[in-house]
Amino acid sequence: MMFEYAPAPESRDIVDIRSSYGMFVDGDFVDGTGPSFKTINPATEEPLAEIAGASAEDVDRAVQAARKAFAVWSAMPGAERAKYLFRIARIIQERARELAVLESLDNGKPIRESRDVDLPLVAAHFFYYAGWADKLEYAGYGTRPIGVAGQVIPWNFPLLMLAWKVAPALACGNTVVLKPAETTPLTALLFAEICRQADLPPGVVNIVTGAGDVGAAVVAHPDVNKVAFTGSTEVGRLIARNVAGTAKKLTLELGGKAANIVYADAAIDQAVEGIVNGIFFNQGHVCCAGSRLLVQESVAGELLESLKRRLGTLRLGDPLDKNTDIGAINSAAQLAKIRELSEIGDQEGAERWSPPCAIPERGYWFPPTVFTGVAQSHRIAREEIFGPVLSVLTFRTPEEAVQKANNTPYGLSAGVWTEKASLMLWTADRLRAGVVWSNTFNRFDPASPFGGYKESGYGREGGRHGLEAYLAT
Amino acid sequence: MVWRPTLPRDARESVERLAVRKTYKLFIGGAFPRSESGRSYAVTSSKGEFLANASKASRKDARDAVVAARKAFGGWSGATAYNRGQVIYRIAEMLEGRRAQFAAELVAADGVSAKKAGELVDAAVDRLVWYAGWSDKISAIRGSANPVAGPYFNLSSTEPTGVVAVVAPPMGPLLGLVSVVVPVIVTGNTCVVVASGRAPLPSVTLAEVLATSDLPGGVVNILTGDAAELAPWLAGHMDVNGIDLTGAAPELAVACEQLAAENLKRVIRPPDGEIDWLADPGTGRMTAFLETKTVWHPIGV
Amino acid sequence: MSTTTSIDVASSNATLRAFLHGLPGVDRVGADGRAAMLGTRSIKTTAKRQAIDLAISMVDLTTLEGADTPGKVRAMCAKAVHPDPANPDVPKVAAVCVYPDLVAEAVPAVRGSGVKVASVATAFPSGRSSLEVKVTDTALAVAAGADEVDMVIDRGAFLAGDYLKVYEEIVAIKAACGPAHLKVILETGELSTYDNVRRASWLAMLAGGDFIKTSTGKVQPAATLPVTLVMLEAVRDFLAATGRKVGVKPAGGIRTTKDAIKMLVLVNETVGDGWLHPDWFRLGASSVLNDLLMQRQKQDTGRYSGPDYFTLD
Repeated sequence: MMFEYAPAPESRDIVDIRSSYGMFVDGDFVDGTGPSFKTINPATEEPLAEIAGASAEDVDRAVQAARKAFAVWSAMPGAERAKYLFRIARIIQERARELAVLESLDNGKPIRESRDVDLPLVAAHFFYYAGWADKLEYAGYGTRPIGVAGQVIPWNFPLLMLAWKVAPALACGNTVVLKPAETTPLTALLFAEICRQADLPPGVVNIVTGAGDVGAAVVAHPDVNKVAFTGSTEVGRLIARNVAGTAKKLTLELGGKAANIVYADAAIDQAVEGIVNGIFFNQGHVCCAGSRLLVQESVAGELLESLKRRLGTLRLGDPLDKNTDIGAINSAAQLAKIRELSEIGDQEGAERWSPPCAIPERGYWFPPTVFTGVAQSHRIAREEIFGPVLSVLTFRTPEEAVQKANNTPYGLSAGVWTEKASLMLWTADRLRAGVVWSNTFNRFDPASPFGGYKESGYGREGGRHGLEAYLAT
Repeated sequence: MVWRPTLPRDARESVERLAVRKTYKLFIGGAFPRSESGRSYAVTSSKGEFLANASKASRKDARDAVVAARKAFGGWSGATAYNRGQVIYRIAEMLEGRRAQFAAELVAADGVSAKKAGELVDAAVDRLVWYAGWSDKISAIRGSANPVAGPYFNLSSTEPTGVVAVVAPPMGPLLGLVSVVVPVIVTGNTCVVVASGRAPLPSVTLAEVLATSDLPGGVVNILTGDAAELAPWLAGHMDVNGIDLTGAAPELAVACEQLAAENLKRVIRPPDGEIDWLADPGTGRMTAFLETKTVWHPIGV
Repeated sequence: MSTTTSIDVASSNATLRAFLHGLPGVDRVGADGRAAMLGTRSIKTTAKRQAIDLAISMVDLTTLEGADTPGKVRAMCAKAVHPDPANPDVPKVAAVCVYPDLVAEAVPAVRGSGVKVASVATAFPSGRSSLEVKVTDTALAVAAGADEVDMVIDRGAFLAGDYLKVYEEIVAIKAACGPAHLKVILETGELSTYDNVRRASWLAMLAGGDFIKTSTGKVQPAATLPVTLVMLEAVRDFLAATGRKVGVKPAGGIRTTKDAIKMLVLVNETVGDGWLHPDWFRLGASSVLNDLLMQRQKQDTGRYSGPDYFTLD
C-alpha cells in the first residue's frame, strides 16, 4: 500500500512578524535614511515585511555607536562579557522555535533543518564563545580586542552566520556592525530584540540593513578595524582589494566546489546519505556543499542507482511542513543562476536527471538534480552553482581522485568515503581543503574550526582558532 | 736521460695576484641561471665602490621561479617535519662554516663593522637553528583536538599554504633575509624571494649555502633585481598562494596587496616602522602562511 | 538464481566468510543518523490513521513467558482476532506468537480468522542445544499447526566465525518447517555491530529464511530503528541481487504508537511500499497494541483515552 504523509505544518503563529522593521543602532530600532525594501517568503513570493534601508550616514552612525560602546565593552572583565553571551544563548534556546519558523519563512529552508540544525548550532555557538571570554589568555592569541568589527553575512544560514560572526567578536571584547543579507534580514532583527532582552549595552551590536552597497559601506568605513565576510569569492576579492593598504584585519569565508570522493570499499548506504546531505542540505545553498561527486568507476553504476533511488524519497515543498526535505530557493535571482548553470550543463553534454517531483506553482523551486557524464572541463564541475545540483565524475585510482578533487581554485571542504583507515588518512592528507569530512559530510560544531584554502578565503571560524580573527595579535 | 722538474716560481713574490671574482646569478630550481633577459646591474658597497654586477631578474625569471617553487612544493610539503627540520639545521651548519665569508660580504654590502657583521652572521645561524626546531612543533601548538558535540573524532592540524612570494627587507641583507625566508619554508611552503635590491650579494651567497645543504631545488628561489618591477608580477600570479610584503615600499605594498586579492593570497603587510631583526621573531611569520585543516571522522563500532 | 548463488557461496566456511566480509560496511554513526532523521517524520491526521491500522495488521501479538498458560494464550488469541471488541473496524493482527508447546492451544483459538500462528523454536531464546533438538522442536511446532516458525540463529557460532554452521542449521530448520514460513531471529543485541547485522541478514537469506527478525525480546537492545534500517537495506539489496523477496520483523522494545509509526516510516523510505504489508513486515510486540488502539480512539473521538477502556490480554 501507499503511505502518503499528510501535511504536517509547523504553526506560523508562533512568530509575530511586524509589517515594518527599522535598523538596530546604539540599542534602538531606528528608521533608515536609505531606500527601504521588502523581504519576501521565497516559498510563496508574498512580502513578509518592509525593511529600513541604511544610507552611508546610517552606517557611519552605527560605526560611531560601536566605537563608543567599544570603550565600555572592551574594558569590561571577560567574565562579565561571558555572562551577557550566556544570557543571549539561553534566550536563543527559549525562543528557538520562533526563530526557526522565522528563518524558514524568510529563507525558504525546511523547518526540519532550521529547527534541528541551524538553531541548535546558533545557541551552541554563543555558549561556546561565552566560555572563552574570560579565558583568552590561555588561547595563545593575546587578549587585546581589535575594535569595531564590520561583518557582512550571507542569506544561506542567516542566523547561524550571524552567530559565527557576533559570538567570537563579542567574546574577545570587540563591538560589531553587522549587515545581514537583504533577502534574509528578519532573524538578525529578532536577534537585535534578543540583545535588548539580554540588556546588552547599547552599541555593542548594531545591525544595518540593505543591499550590497550597505555592506560595502561597512567594509570601507575608516573607523572599522576588522572586517569579516562570508559570501561569494567575487565579492570577497573586492573586499580584499578594498582593505589593501589599511590596517584592517580581514577574514573571508567564500565559495567552494567540494569534491566528495567515494572509494569502491565505502559503506555504500551511508555514502549515499552523505552525498544527499552533502549537496541537498539547505537546497545546496551551502558554500561547503559536496557539489562534485567523485566516485570510483568500479562502483559508479551501483552507487548511482542507489543514489537515484534515495533521491526519489526526497520531499520537496512547503518549508514549514515538518516532513519537507527540500525547501524553496532563496530568491528569484538565485533560481535564475541555478537554471542558467544547469542549462549550460545540458549544452556541455552532461546528462541531467531529477526524480519525479511536483513543483509548487508559486515561489522559487528547483528539483534535486544530478548531472552524470560530467568532465572536469565542464563549467558545472568548476563553478559554484549554490543550488541542489550534483555533478558526478568518476576516477580510477586514489591518485586520480585526489588530483581531480584538488583541481579547482577553491579549497573549502572535501569528503572521503572508505572503510580503509589508511586510505582515508592518505586522502585527507592530500586534499587541499580546510575541512575534510571522512565518512560523513556537512557536520558543524562550534568547537571545530571552519574555513578554506586558496580562493575559498582565509581565517577560521569556530574553535580556539576562531578567536584569532578578533584579537590584535 | 733523466727528467727533472723545475721548481715553480712563486708569483706572489713579485706580482700581486688578480682575484677570481664570483659571478652573482639568480637561484631558480636549485640552479644558478643568469636572467633570461640578459640584464644585470652594478652593485656598490655602502661607500659607493663597485662590488659586482648582479643579475637583474625579469618577470619571466619570476614566472620560472614560481614554476620551480610549485614543482618543489609536493615533495617539500610531503617530507616529514623531522626531515625539514634536519635540512634547516644543515643550512645553519653550512652558514656557520662560511661565517668569515658572510661577515666580509656584510661589511662590504652594509657598511657595518667587522664585529657587528660577525654578530649578524651569528644571529642568522642562530635563527636558522631556532626555526629548525619549529618544524615538528608548530602543528602541535597551532592544531587542536576539538571536542565536538557528537560521536566524531575531530582534529585540526596545520598545513603549508603553498607557494609564497617574499619581498625581502632592503635592510638586513643576511639576517633580515633569513628571518623572512626560513619561517616560510620550515612549515613546508616553497618560496620565491625578491632579495634586497640595494644589497643583493649576500642573498646569492646564501643561495650557495642552500644549494649545498640538502635543501631540494626549488624550495627557495632567489631573484635579484628591482622589487618594484618584480613584486607586482608575483603578487598578481595566480599560482602563488601567499605574499610577504615586508620589504616592499608603502606604495608598492598597497599595489601588491590589491593584486594579491585576485586569488585571495595570504598577505603579510609591511611593518609600520623598522624591524629589529635581532628581537624574538615569534611565530607570526610561520602562521601567516599556514592553513588549518580539520578532519572529521565518525566514532562507532 | 538464489540456488546457484547460495551453493557457490556456501560451499565452505571460507567462501561464506569471503562473501559476507565482502559486503559493504555499515558506518554506525551514519546509520544512526539516518534512522534518527527518519524518526523526526511527523505523521498526522489521515496519515496517522492509516499508519495505525497498518501497524495493527502487522502485529505479531506475542507472549513468551515461562508463566504462559493455555488460558493466557486463548485470551491473547481472542484479542488478536478482535483487538477492540467494541469496534469491528479495527483490523485483526497478523499473527500470534507463542512457545511450541502452546501452539496447539492457539490454533483452534484463531481458526478461520486469518490470524496466523507463529511459534518460536530451536531452543528459544538462547538456541543453545543440539541440531537434533532444534529440528525436533521445529517439527513438533509445525505438526501442532504453526503457520510460521521463529527460529534463533546460533550466535555463538556466528561470533566464532563458524558461518557455515549457522547456515547449515538454518537450512535444516527450513527443511523441517515444510510449508511453514521461517523467520530467522538474528538477536542483533548480541551481534553488537551493524556489520554483523548485515552479514547475519545475508546469511539468513542465503540459507532460505522467509523473514529476518531482529530479536527474541529477551536481550537488550532489541529492535532499534538503525538495526531495522540495516536489515531493510539487506532485504532490498538481496531482492536486487537474487530476485527473492524477504520480509523483516523488528521485535522487542516497540511499545508505543510512535515507535510503530517510526518503523513504518523506515520501511516506506528505505524499501518502499512493496514491504508495507503484513506479508513482508511484522511488528513483534504485545503492549504496543493497546497504545495503537488508544491512539485510534483519540482520532475517532477527539479526546484522549485511558487504559481501562482496552482489554489487558
